[in-house]
Amino acid sequence: MNSDTDPLKARLRRAERMRQVKAFGLIAPLLGFLLVTFVVPIASMMMRSVHDTELSAVWPQVSAAISTWHDRKALPDEATFAALAHDIKTSYKERTLSTAARRLNYDLRNGRSLVFSTARALPETADRWTDAVLTANPRWGDVETWGAVSRASGPFTGFFLLAALDRHRTAAGRIVPTPAEEAIFIDVLQRTFVISLAVTLLCLAMGYPVAYLLAALPPNRGNLLMILVLLPFWTSLLVRTAAWVVVLQENGIVNNTLIWLGIIEKPVRLIYNQIGVYVAMTHILLPFMILPLYSVMKAIPPSYVRAARSLGATPATAFLRVYVPQTLPGIGAGGILVFIMAIGYYITPALVGGAGDQMISYFIAYYTSSSVNWGLASALGAVLLSATLILYWLYNRLVGADAVKLG
Amino acid sequence: MAANTRNLRTPSERAWTAALWGVSCLVFFFLLAPILAIVPLSFSSGQFLTYPIPGFSLRWYADFFTSEKWIGGLVNSLIVGVSATVFATALGTLASLGLVRARFRGKGLIMGILMSPMIVPLVITAVGFYFFFAPLGMTASFTGLIVAHTALAAPFVVVTVTATLQGFDMNLARASASLGAGPATTFFKVILPLIAPGVASGALFAFATSFDEVVVVLFVAGPGQRTLPREMFSGIRENISPTITAVATILILFSVVLLLALELLRRRNARMRGLA
Repeated sequence: MNSDTDPLKARLRRAERMRQVKAFGLIAPLLGFLLVTFVVPIASMMMRSVHDTELSAVWPQVSAAISTWHDRKALPDEATFAALAHDIKTSYKERTLSTAARRLNYDLRNGRSLVFSTARALPETADRWTDAVLTANPRWGDVETWGAVSRASGPFTGFFLLAALDRHRTAAGRIVPTPAEEAIFIDVLQRTFVISLAVTLLCLAMGYPVAYLLAALPPNRGNLLMILVLLPFWTSLLVRTAAWVVVLQENGIVNNTLIWLGIIEKPVRLIYNQIGVYVAMTHILLPFMILPLYSVMKAIPPSYVRAARSLGATPATAFLRVYVPQTLPGIGAGGILVFIMAIGYYITPALVGGAGDQMISYFIAYYTSSSVNWGLASALGAVLLSATLILYWLYNRLVGADAVKLG
Repeated sequence: MAANTRNLRTPSERAWTAALWGVSCLVFFFLLAPILAIVPLSFSSGQFLTYPIPGFSLRWYADFFTSEKWIGGLVNSLIVGVSATVFATALGTLASLGLVRARFRGKGLIMGILMSPMIVPLVITAVGFYFFFAPLGMTASFTGLIVAHTALAAPFVVVTVTATLQGFDMNLARASASLGAGPATTFFKVILPLIAPGVASGALFAFATSFDEVVVVLFVAGPGQRTLPREMFSGIRENISPTITAVATILILFSVVLLLALELLRRRNARMRGLA
């Protein structure tokens, strides 16, 4: 008997293995496509936040020599000064000095002018390069200047990630907060968090009653009213943002109506400030709160509330103690979903917010294209991406990955 | 629950139901009013985006249809949207067919990777594409934009088609195979016709994703690939003209059509499942 079943078992196993290979073969094209075009580029962007070879590419000698600088309270040795002078002169001739100047400018105030003035003032030859460099620009006598060179010497650095959290390392290696007048990112992170949280709570406050009503209505009427939620959901983000600009602007419908009603005398500023950001973001994200709440509420059997009522609970008690706890998964799912989307928002705050209402995404875009500092853009991106992934992991724990539903 | 309480009709419960309706109507007003307010303005004969409207005219629509900038944007959007939809639907449907059969280890990780374009904030995606395309000379090219939008749209196809396949009776495919059909014949003659509504919904989601996307366009498109949302973005930012309200009205109409199409597909899908 054994001789009959064993080959059968083996054949079944082989068939199952073939099935799995085929299944993987079907997934492979999309998986490969996304790995190459999506996952690898984002991973390499994240690498840029810790991998820093801008300076060492154009100043190789000093980047190597600085690694021998151990006593961080005194200036580096003559060999390091000589390496610096050599690198500056070489890169000045090869026109790559601006790369080094840009990299040092990230870290040092007036780093650019320091580099260029040194390059112009350096003599062709010198007996002692330490003296020559110090004569060219006395700032090279400050250990913090050398600290910046050391931090930029690569290949790996924590500089950008620390900068994204308004921290930096001194020449001696201590991590200290950036002076208040230069610190901006803690504020930006805080603002991103506060705006996202407020928008999430506004969405919950407005979405809960609507989801409740839709779930309680008989299906045909509920579905009809659901269209009122789905139409904005499907309307282009830019259409909705444009609509709010039109409605909220100085001579817009809201201001004109309020003046006509005599509530205000002259137009109030409703846009290009925080009000605009809150209103437009809540409007855009509200359907993402209503839909998960609705699907949870739809599945709650009415018998529990009926039981509570028949046992003497008032409608309010039955609602708060029996109904609301059953909707907690929906509140969690909708809340995390809205919060995840809110912290990554870029277009809406850029169009309806003021200069002081921009969130972290704006600065990632800014440091990528306007002020080219890709290391910092990547570090801010790393902060945003980690926050998003942690929240998404929470969301998954709460509702399960298969629960991703559309429409 | 409101439906149940209505039958009981104590005063406090009636007040409760009334309050619920009141609050909900306010929220519905908030959701729809700004979108609907912009529609009449597009038919205004005046320059200013305010009520009352001085008179009726179609000048802003004429402006849209004769403007090289706007029509160019529309054409670019359609080129990118249709191409990305075709690629995303093909890749996404294949992957879904594999995913419903897959029982191997690492399926969760693969699923995570396939879904990631939906989760990663758009700015990060856009910067990632920008760093990736720049050294390859693919910025300011249709190829780059189509690749990017295919990646962004594919997860929506995977989600929709996987959900449809979960309701698909695999015995039908087995029956077809046992009657001598090859895998390709089974797919095209048996599986595809039955999951077609799901695939079509996925394609609509994919198209809508690309058609409304502007962040990636801001980073990787050049002047030759400015899409409709990109033109709207600069229009809103620089000087909001009544032509934008005309574009917005056309796009709202487009969303209504999309919504209706998806609802029809959903019903068709439900009916087919009933049959299968």
